[in-house]
Amino acid sequence: MAFLDIEHLEKSYGTTKVVKDFNLAVDKGEFVSFLGPSGCGKTTTLRMVAGFETPSQGAIHIDGKDMLRLRPNQRNIGMVFQAYALFPNLTVAQNVAFGLKVAGTDKGVIAERVAEMLETIGLPELGNRYPFQLSGGQQQRVALARALAVRPQVLLLDEPLSALDAKIRVSLRGEIRAIQQKLGITTIYVTHDQEEALSMSDRIVVMHQGIADQVGTPFEIYNRPTTRFVANFVGTLTLLEAQVLDPATGRVSIGGVEATLGRRLPKGAVTLAVRPEMVSLGSAPGRETEVTGRIVDVDFLGSVIRLRAQIGQSVLAFDTFNNSHANPPKVGSEVTLSLAARDLLLIGD
Amino acid sequence: MTKLWSWLALAVGLIYFFLPLIGMTEFSLKMRRGEYSFDAYRAVLEDPRFQQTFSYSVFMALLTIVFGVLLVVPTAYWVRLKLPRIRPYIEFITLLPLVIPPIVIVFGYIRLYNTSSWLPLTGTAMGTNLLLMFGYATLSLPYMYRAVDTGLRSIDVGTLTEAAQSLGAGWVTILARVILPNVLVAVLSGAFLTFAIVIGEFVLAALLNRPAFGPYLQLMGANRAYEPAALAVIAFAITWACMGLIQLITRFSKHTKAAR
Repeated sequence: MAFLDIEHLEKSYGTTKVVKDFNLAVDKGEFVSFLGPSGCGKTTTLRMVAGFETPSQGAIHIDGKDMLRLRPNQRNIGMVFQAYALFPNLTVAQNVAFGLKVAGTDKGVIAERVAEMLETIGLPELGNRYPFQLSGGQQQRVALARALAVRPQVLLLDEPLSALDAKIRVSLRGEIRAIQQKLGITTIYVTHDQEEALSMSDRIVVMHQGIADQVGTPFEIYNRPTTRFVANFVGTLTLLEAQVLDPATGRVSIGGVEATLGRRLPKGAVTLAVRPEMVSLGSAPGRETEVTGRIVDVDFLGSVIRLRAQIGQSVLAFDTFNNSHANPPKVGSEVTLSLAARDLLLIGD
Repeated sequence: MTKLWSWLALAVGLIYFFLPLIGMTEFSLKMRRGEYSFDAYRAVLEDPRFQQTFSYSVFMALLTIVFGVLLVVPTAYWVRLKLPRIRPYIEFITLLPLVIPPIVIVFGYIRLYNTSSWLPLTGTAMGTNLLLMFGYATLSLPYMYRAVDTGLRSIDVGTLTEAAQSLGAGWVTILARVILPNVLVAVLSGAFLTFAIVIGEFVLAALLNRPAFGPYLQLMGANRAYEPAALAVIAFAITWACMGLIQLITRFSKHTKAAR
């Protein structure tokens, strides 16, 4: 049995089912992200684990203990909210000490733990400040320290970085991951930001319309999406409609261009997908399939330039690195693109 | 030209408000023939009935505030947290004391809790005091509820509650250590308004025959000349002091500084 076990979890509001037959087993010390668009049920699932929502059906066990019998304040689950939720009337140190005081911990131990937590989040000198005297990033770090001070068995983070600006978000996600690994705490992280989920998680649960569409490591989710939704939601993919010519060898025709994927494919029409970074401008070693097309769009993104080329009925996106000595192809110009057939992904529904 | 009219309107307003006050204050100082003195104030403050009725009303005001806070804070909190849909109905109920005259309330009380009823509260002084306190709490309900509800609106009640719950806090701890301290300024505003209402209240105290400050004010007004004016000035001073304290507390409340 896993440390955190969620079985057949469901939640309905009236006739609307927002979470449908959700199953997940999380190992002790694992960092799992729930990734999905707004309204996909990721926060509802997290709140059911925390005890703030009652499931319509299913079970949640932590370390073998049935959580549905316990109230939120009895579950020993730490939670970090998007809106920080620091108590405005308490100083930073008092906020961190809150849970320990509620538990009736000895004063000396509280002082020690608060100092240790403030040291962990890198704010040892701010114990006497009030929340309104801190920046958003500092407030969220204090919220993390407060949640961790009580040594919870599971840590839940509900879009904790959404309210912060881009630079702080990037630095804070590294800090959160480092603290989580240092303390070895089992963590569930809710986000709609794929970069956050990909960079921090041991595993990702991609959620869509209340269902866990795919569960896997960031590498699997990015490189081997199993559904059309995951393929579209995580990263950028060009979807190509193809006709299978030989199912045994995986030979397909994509708008008249033939390629052999080297693996068994189902008969008939299939949807294939390719990441922009898997397509090269011009010929490239190891990328044996070559197609020609016309540039229809150029996006300068800084270090990378994303281009789109019309190939038959499809528009294929591809990336090139910025080169200060060579201009990127212009819109309307004809280009040759190459890709390896093995990089073409077969997408299910 | 518009400015001139604004100043004129302001001047008329100030005269309308302050002139009677100035006249009353001046009159209260004229007890000694031919010169200004504090004789009327001395007479009032040395009157044992003033001390008795005033301390009684202060005690009743404090009792009403404690009862009001215990009634209103959990109610307003629960309505905001769990029953937001019934908020308009609760607001309507809390506004009823503004449209139902105190005389109706007190006759209702007397009819319901007289000595031949199933709960004869008017049969003892303690019971009548209790009834009076409930009456005062009802009269101050619109002010107390509104103040607390406004205070609750300024904090994220739901998230703070969930944060406290995730840290192991139960409902009593959440109310006492998280919610109440964060709406303390609002609660104090309501408390001072309650205090001002109770100190000057006449109808409930007179008809329940309790030795409160309001009936004493009326008694003095009917029988003396200068003392009622002095008492009125004292009552005004108390009310204004309450208002001033609300301002002071709001200003010096540490954790609300960012909000201002």
